[in-house]
Amino acid sequence: MSAAEINAIAARFLERRDLGQWSDADQAELDTWLNQASAHTAAFWRLEAVWQDADRLSALRSFKPQPANPEPRRQTWPILRRAVAAAAVIAAIGTAGAYYLFQPEGERYATPLGGREVITLFDGSQVELNTDTSVRIAPAKRMAWVEKGEAYFQIKHDAAHPFVVSVGDHRIVDLGTKFVVRDRPGRLEVSLVEGKARVEQVNDASKSAVLTPGDVVVATATELSVTKKTEKHLSSELGWRRGVLIFDYTSLADAVAEFNRYNQKKIVLAPDAPKHLTMVGTFPINDVELFGRVAGLVLKVHVANKADKIVISR
Amino acid sequence: MGETFEFNRSGKPQTPGAAMAASDVKHWFVREVLPLEAMLMHFLHQNWRNKAEIEDLRQDVYAHVLEAAKTEIPDRPKAFLIATARNLLIDRVRHNQVVPIDAVNDLDELNIALDQPGPERSAIARDVLRRLQAAIDLLPPRAREAVLLRRIEGLSRREIAERMGVTENTVSDHITAGMRALADIYLGEAAELRRTP
Repeated sequence: MSAAEINAIAARFLERRDLGQWSDADQAELDTWLNQASAHTAAFWRLEAVWQDADRLSALRSFKPQPANPEPRRQTWPILRRAVAAAAVIAAIGTAGAYYLFQPEGERYATPLGGREVITLFDGSQVELNTDTSVRIAPAKRMAWVEKGEAYFQIKHDAAHPFVVSVGDHRIVDLGTKFVVRDRPGRLEVSLVEGKARVEQVNDASKSAVLTPGDVVVATATELSVTKKTEKHLSSELGWRRGVLIFDYTSLADAVAEFNRYNQKKIVLAPDAPKHLTMVGTFPINDVELFGRVAGLVLKVHVANKADKIVISR
Repeated sequence: MGETFEFNRSGKPQTPGAAMAASDVKHWFVREVLPLEAMLMHFLHQNWRNKAEIEDLRQDVYAHVLEAAKTEIPDRPKAFLIATARNLLIDRVRHNQVVPIDAVNDLDELNIALDQPGPERSAIARDVLRRLQAAIDLLPPRAREAVLLRRIEGLSRREIAERMGVTENTVSDHITAGMRALADIYLGEAAELRRTP
């Protein structure tokens, strides 16, 4: 079959899937076709990648009622509430103005569970999103907001315009740096890999710290503390950037928690599992089954690989 | 499975013949290979006279690359892509027996630094919006309208059909033609547009 014919079929599948109402039977039909030949797979992935990128054009969307199936947005409620509170203002400015007024600043980038994405800004600075992460970036203002998850920042220094990353009521002011931000429930972790940066609480200037490489700030609503990590430890923690998890005498419990951050198929520790046994090694981040097999061999634990989960017990 | 199970720092399990996960291959293909399409197309255009065969050649190159990546993901995508393309061209010339004298230009004269990390990836990320806009602008008018209504305004096939005054099947044709042209322009830039029937 010619490339043109293959491309036509791939586009047809993609167009149908894009409309919604995509059944299991449709998916099965697509899978069968994809598996028939690498040329089919290549054609489909290629069109799909561009079609997904085209979504970014929605930044050009004119003001109009929300489309039939908008992307679920975490911020819908706060925006709506603000919108209601300021209804009078809307009337005064007109609808188009209101749209811009209530759009959160910057462009939002998000990754699903197990996803990873690098965003390069026009000045060459890079923001790398880890699994299940949402970040808004306003490159011209040199500002970013980590809404959830973990992101690695490599910022091109500009003395006149420091880059500011906000996470809840904390902000990180870069002084020319590489750092990683992880927004955990109830606490923020900032690790500085290179350069210099300052972490501060927005409402309380006394709660701030200047970081040097290896420093790790842990900030909660009330406290801010600084600890040190070795370079090796830091680079192990950034293994996700290369698609791997690096364990260095990491407990089984911590290793499992890490894998569960990235994968739909969860690993469950039975009550009798030896949670404190440690392991050393580098694993592909999205291969839980491989991890299960290795854990079974190395830690001599029992590993049950079920359809929807992996259960580890003694 | 063997008793000894070791990992190296590249994160690849040392099991002979281990297959790569499909999601890894896809991620690699989308992130590392597709951004090289402009370079690949340039290479093919430089080295193959019959322009009607270029799309098939590109498809063949991608299929071979994916086939190889199933076993192991190549370390240097740029070098690998060009090597694959070159081998395919040579195969095709041999297979055709009758060699058009200038079917293959001097494959070695192409001056591409294969091993340096190219600027393609960052350039693409940086310019995504600008290039998408440019690509959209180059679409045939009807395809452009259908693509914009579908992807930007999020309208259904029926709504687009009503707005454009055509049947839903025609909308489908416009969108699929638009998808393909968009990919060609956005990734390859040099490709010719396919007009909708």
